[in-house]
Amino acid sequence: MKPPLSRPLVFERARIVDPSRQVDEIGTVIVERGKIAAAGASALNQGTPDGAERIDCTGKTIIPGLVDSRVFIGEPGGEHRETIASASHAAAAGGVTSVIMMPDTDPAIDNVALVEFVLRTARDTADVRIFPAAAITKDLAGHEMTEFGLLKEAGAVALTDGRHTIGNAMMMRRALTYARDFGLVVAHETQDADLAASGVMNEGIYASWLGLSGIPREAEAIPLERDLMLARLTGGAYHAAKISTALSAAAVARAKADGANVTAAASINNLSLNENDIGEYRTFFRLAPPLRSEDDRLATIEALRDGTIDLIVSSHDPQDVDTKRLPFADAAPGAIGLETLLAAALRLHHNGDIPLPRLIEVLSTAPARLFGLEGGTLRPGAPADLAVVDLEAPWIVRESGIRSRSKNTCFEGARLQGKVLQTVVAGRTVFSAAVGT
Amino acid sequence: MSPQATPPIYPHRHLLGIRDLSPEDIEILLDRADSAVAISRQSEKKTSTLRGRTQINLFYEASTRTQSSFELAGKRLGADVMNMSVASSSVKKGETLIDTAMTLNAMRPDILIIRHQSAGAAALLAQKVGCSVVNAGDGAHEHPTQALLDALTIRRAKGHIARLTVAICGDILHSRVARSNIILLNAMGALVRVVAPSTLLPAGIERMGVEVHRSMGSALKGADVVMMLRLQRERMAGAFVPSVREYFRYYGLDAEKLKAAKDDALVMHPGPMNRGVEISSEIADGPQSVIQEQVEMGVAVRMAVMEALLDSRRNEGRA
Repeated sequence: MKPPLSRPLVFERARIVDPSRQVDEIGTVIVERGKIAAAGASALNQGTPDGAERIDCTGKTIIPGLVDSRVFIGEPGGEHRETIASASHAAAAGGVTSVIMMPDTDPAIDNVALVEFVLRTARDTADVRIFPAAAITKDLAGHEMTEFGLLKEAGAVALTDGRHTIGNAMMMRRALTYARDFGLVVAHETQDADLAASGVMNEGIYASWLGLSGIPREAEAIPLERDLMLARLTGGAYHAAKISTALSAAAVARAKADGANVTAAASINNLSLNENDIGEYRTFFRLAPPLRSEDDRLATIEALRDGTIDLIVSSHDPQDVDTKRLPFADAAPGAIGLETLLAAALRLHHNGDIPLPRLIEVLSTAPARLFGLEGGTLRPGAPADLAVVDLEAPWIVRESGIRSRSKNTCFEGARLQGKVLQTVVAGRTVFSAAVGT
Repeated sequence: MSPQATPPIYPHRHLLGIRDLSPEDIEILLDRADSAVAISRQSEKKTSTLRGRTQINLFYEASTRTQSSFELAGKRLGADVMNMSVASSSVKKGETLIDTAMTLNAMRPDILIIRHQSAGAAALLAQKVGCSVVNAGDGAHEHPTQALLDALTIRRAKGHIARLTVAICGDILHSRVARSNIILLNAMGALVRVVAPSTLLPAGIERMGVEVHRSMGSALKGADVVMMLRLQRERMAGAFVPSVREYFRYYGLDAEKLKAAKDDALVMHPGPMNRGVEISSEIADGPQSVIQEQVEMGVAVRMAVMEALLDSRRNEGRA
């Protein structure tokens, strides 16, 4: 994070959507010294700061910058796929002002030195806020706990084994129990390794015709149910990091009804796409969890609407040609998503599935709150992390426009509606469509 | 078909799967293959249709049978045939499929035959090379020339495929032969049954255009054709079925089980057979077995496919 510029900004006549205060009104946002000075219909009452840059936002919408809590970055160890800097450029272009970076690096973020490396590199090279999540287990191997307390002190904001599922129930029990002492959320992607076996896409007739091994929904739900029971047992804060099925949503809903300290996220890919999109072995659509059936996609949207699912993640996972230009089963899973997260999510608003304030809540306010980050709000005094958006502007995703170092998007050629015009982090403009495209 | 008549044009650049073919396309290929059978039965077996053309066989999985069938088919058409032995090539040194494909493509072959352990490999290759690609088996996806040679064998024995009852028995889950056959036989109007232990059936099989049977007795009842599939050794010892003994007891084809089928039912097997596992020797070598004919038809079908692909290219050039 570079130091903020000092010139105040005044965004006028904007639609302001701030779920943290249930605000959805036309008004002014004033940014001064890196913070929100005022945001709302009556913001101008306190007058315009001297020397402010005034920006007419008629017809535009201002939202708190998105907080993407599941982002894979290749630095250290896979810089040809993505660096912290390149991920931050992609994030800025997508209106994402805070990123929680997964520990699946090489070496893994499982010790204090790595957390410090990430924070230092981010401070020196990144345009948006990068928060490291630390590994739950050493080397992400599922056997020995990392130093939760020291990692938190160093700046880790959550615990997760990234792409890896902890197979051992005792390990998970102890992690949840111990993490509770430090107020850390344990975020976990669940896939039973034996049940998923060599599976590469959702189990069902499409996989059967393609001759690809399937991953049953139960491979996600069984370890998830185990975790939810352990969350009830330990009282630890558990976050189901990426659920993709109706079965999983129902399991989370039951745990919440029981009063367990449980939250859940879904990837924008599983909310936008289904197994049919794989077509003839399109490896960019090989994801983890796999794209599921249309019924599962609809159930996931419903769970987002009714509050079972608390937040949306991009699950940004850059893969280069060396890991994607292969036969489907041999390709690595994952797709980039920082730049398309907002526009793809806005489809849910445009087609009436999710009201806009709820959508911004699950993309910004809720993840900031869950992981204890500043941001996710336009409340006066909060850091000036925001995005100016034209909700209606249509655009087509083109490989040439992608800022991420890897181009493995599921949305190549997709028609999206909703464009980020300007992204501000700590009062400093880090992306401007006028300059940036 | 007389040698002078111009055969109808097969309208595809590649043969990647039966899925891409219409019933008419299938008929075109089977008719051409019928004429090719005659060539192989002459003492002078070499023709000049593919003279000057280069055919490369790129086999990532060992396959004596299919590879030699393609090789012989190419040679009988006069093509120069090169076998890329993957075991001793750069593939072993970590070169990706695409890079190997680009390298071979630069040598300007006319036709590339590929067998690969991954589903979709043939389609991926076809996107990257300029020549025609024939899928000789990709993972558990498709094995189109096998389905065509099975169809040719059936058609020559029964005169038609429509309305026949065909029972496909064994490891449907891992079988590209089963998938290609299910698609082809349905397209040609046959009634397709499958029978296997449920651990060897793919998800959604009941919606794949087949009748699913749990016993050989019901599956073979009144069947015109009994197609056996090979059960890989590593799948016999507890992973999918408990033992060879138990598998043969319930799903192995023996004289007793075959009685349920029509008296003149054909017995087929894509080979190589596991005698005593999925089929008894008595049946494999018996009067109803057309397993040797299948091998002969294999060469004819592969000749027909390669000729048709090159005709289709020539036609494209003219258009």
